[in-house]
Amino acid sequence: MNLDDALQTFIVESHELLQAMEDALLEIEHSADLSESINAIFRAAHTIKGGAGLFGLDGIVAFTHVMESVLDKVRGNELSIDDDMVALLLSCGDHIKALLNSLVAGQEEIDPAVAAEGAALIARLKRYLGASQPETAPAATLPQHHEARLETMGGGFVETDNWHISLRFGHDVLRNGMDPFSFLRYLGTMGQIVGISTLFDTLPPAAEMDPETCYLSFEINFKSDADKAAIEGAFEFVRDDCVIHILPPKSRIADFIQFIKDLPEEELRLGDILVRCGTLTQSELDSALAFQAGADPHSASADERNKPIGEIVSQAGIVHPPVIEAALEKQKQIKDAKSQESRVIRVDSEKLDNLINLVGELVIAGASASLLSHRSRDVQLQEATSNISRLVEEIRDGALQLRMVQIGETFRRFNRVVRDVSREMNKDIELQISGAETELDKTVVEKIGDPLMHLVRNSMDHGIESSELRQSRGKPVKGTVRLNAYHESGSIVIEVGDDGGGLNRDKILKKALDKGLVSPTQNLSDQEIYMLIFEAGFSTAEQVTNLSGRGVGMDVVRRNIEALRGTCELDSTEGQGSTVRIRLPLTLAIIDGFQIGVGSASYVVPLDMVKECLELSSEERQKSKEHNDINLRGEVLPFVRLRERFREQGQAGQRENVVVVQYAGQKAGLVVDELMGELQAVIKPLGCLFTNLKGVSGSTILGNGEVALILDVPALIQQAVSAETQIEVALG
Amino acid sequence: MESTSDNGSPPCHLHLEGEMTIFTALDVKERLLAPLANCRQIDVDLSQVSEIDSAGLQLMLLIKREAAAQGKDIRFVAHSAAVVDVLELCQLTGYFGDPVVMASLNGRG
Repeated sequence: MNLDDALQTFIVESHELLQAMEDALLEIEHSADLSESINAIFRAAHTIKGGAGLFGLDGIVAFTHVMESVLDKVRGNELSIDDDMVALLLSCGDHIKALLNSLVAGQEEIDPAVAAEGAALIARLKRYLGASQPETAPAATLPQHHEARLETMGGGFVETDNWHISLRFGHDVLRNGMDPFSFLRYLGTMGQIVGISTLFDTLPPAAEMDPETCYLSFEINFKSDADKAAIEGAFEFVRDDCVIHILPPKSRIADFIQFIKDLPEEELRLGDILVRCGTLTQSELDSALAFQAGADPHSASADERNKPIGEIVSQAGIVHPPVIEAALEKQKQIKDAKSQESRVIRVDSEKLDNLINLVGELVIAGASASLLSHRSRDVQLQEATSNISRLVEEIRDGALQLRMVQIGETFRRFNRVVRDVSREMNKDIELQISGAETELDKTVVEKIGDPLMHLVRNSMDHGIESSELRQSRGKPVKGTVRLNAYHESGSIVIEVGDDGGGLNRDKILKKALDKGLVSPTQNLSDQEIYMLIFEAGFSTAEQVTNLSGRGVGMDVVRRNIEALRGTCELDSTEGQGSTVRIRLPLTLAIIDGFQIGVGSASYVVPLDMVKECLELSSEERQKSKEHNDINLRGEVLPFVRLRERFREQGQAGQRENVVVVQYAGQKAGLVVDELMGELQAVIKPLGCLFTNLKGVSGSTILGNGEVALILDVPALIQQAVSAETQIEVALG
Repeated sequence: MESTSDNGSPPCHLHLEGEMTIFTALDVKERLLAPLANCRQIDVDLSQVSEIDSAGLQLMLLIKREAAAQGKDIRFVAHSAAVVDVLELCQLTGYFGDPVVMASLNGRG
């Protein structure tokens, strides 16, 4: 087995667990029912510790161990979780991330700064443990005599200094590859098995006995200095297949009463077992049964076994031992967790990419076959290839679906950001998320994180006003940052909005004029003025905070989004808030396209951007020579002559056509020669030589083997619109 | 495996070799149960048992009980070190009541 792969998986899974821990911690601040969140946090810490132990990552093990001890006390209701503890645990989560990162970086020694941070966190954690220790220290001062025990109403403490461990292995333990003996041997490394009773009551007659089923159980008297967590940890791998009870040393007799009640065997027999393995002395057992019987301790007899223990125990108000509760609760949680776990498998993303590449080749090959079959007169062949095309389309869609992930995961990470930053700025800000189920391509999700981060921070810093200012404006003190996502005509739209002060149009215009970004004679719409904030070096912030205001951020945001073939828009109402809208293409790999011919070459336009096609009448052709627009049913439609744009040789033919395309609310016409119909285009990137080519966003191979360029419609629309405006300005 | 007719005849001998683990459990079960049909007393020689796990121990428990139910007698003898180890781990030596030769412990750590 390649340890490196396993280690990689551990690191990836630990990060996921840390994220789950963070989510749960943030939940605690908002919800009343804490138990589920607390269990989730405990599980996360516990699992990371276990995994770290496997790889010998002692630093992580030691650190998470202390966390686990504190969390265990919280789980057992010995400590309550408050704001400070949440903050401390969040910091602990960050520290573990730092430890994991230094592991990834291959550092041998932990960076001293990180180590110091760890030590400080452990000191704070230990304070919680120290404070509660006196409460849980066993009452060693209680007299151990029989009389004293009888006096203390509900049983005193047992003599044994040892643990009692009850292991009821499930039937499938052996089949699942485990051997109860290895657990016994492992216990032996942590201490000494003083007494053990091996039970096999469930072993059926020979005819029915299945040699691969486990029928064994053990009651163990175990002497050890290990703590409960360590002992529980020994059964980590078999927790699902085993009913485990662990009673710490100096447990109360009442605990044993409960324990006996919980086990399937008959009570007196259990008592005998406990005596036999040394956990209880005979007299302790007697007083347990006697207490239950309420009679003279020495007259405990066979009759007693029919008296119910449970009622008396609960009447005396004896507290249920935390350990048994914990074991039972664990079982319940494991069952719950299993049913909730979605059926997901991990896939290497490289394999996925390879698959999509192959699907792309399949699309091209299929198109080629279809083309040939259309040329032939063979009807059956045409039908067959048509069938293939349909299936290929379905496979294509399915394969692309595999790369889609929900944006909710990315959005949820911002809960922590908003919490931390709002505390830092002393503002009360909450994050609202909607559209979390909206799916987008995996690579897009990875790259959208940073731009979103900057936009959210901007909203919080410059958008949302201080509490006093908000109050004076009659707004609720709690500011809101909104993250929203939805699909729209082949794109995904992500909105980052706030209910803050909005953009100040005049201020921006003034700043832009100062910086020479616009000239005074330009007549800009409000939208255009807002968009100026995306220019490099632009900032109207009076104060530069360490978060934003330096004017470095927004243009980087826009560039990142354009690199993803997306666009940004800004909406703002002064005094009420702003919204940044990011539009991104849904898929990067295969698109439904519309093929057009210009001269000798073919081009492809994304089908979802095509609104309609029309013939360019000779009348219009004449008119269009003067200005670059057409009258489309009363609407002015700017256009681009692709023939000119791409410098095709030769003259235009008799007939020309116009493909009306639309993007982000803007329309334009593309004047072309031929309309050739729909096709699936597998996008082949252009290569680095051509990245600055404007108007072309990729290429594809046609069925006949020729290359067609895929047009960058938004860019062309932009070009058409601005050419139109320039002419207007020139004329006007 | 030798077998002789029952009633006062010398005991049947069964030699188990190799593993008594989950991997051989199905097989070992059959081999252990087979002589019960014909023999009144069976000695199971464990000297060649290289490895034994819970599945193996279960079979030993099973056959012991089965024999008793049928009024037959089964004894485990010449326990190998692996078997002794397991019996001690589970503190079942007394339960089986078979003579465990302590000499087999010599030479172990």
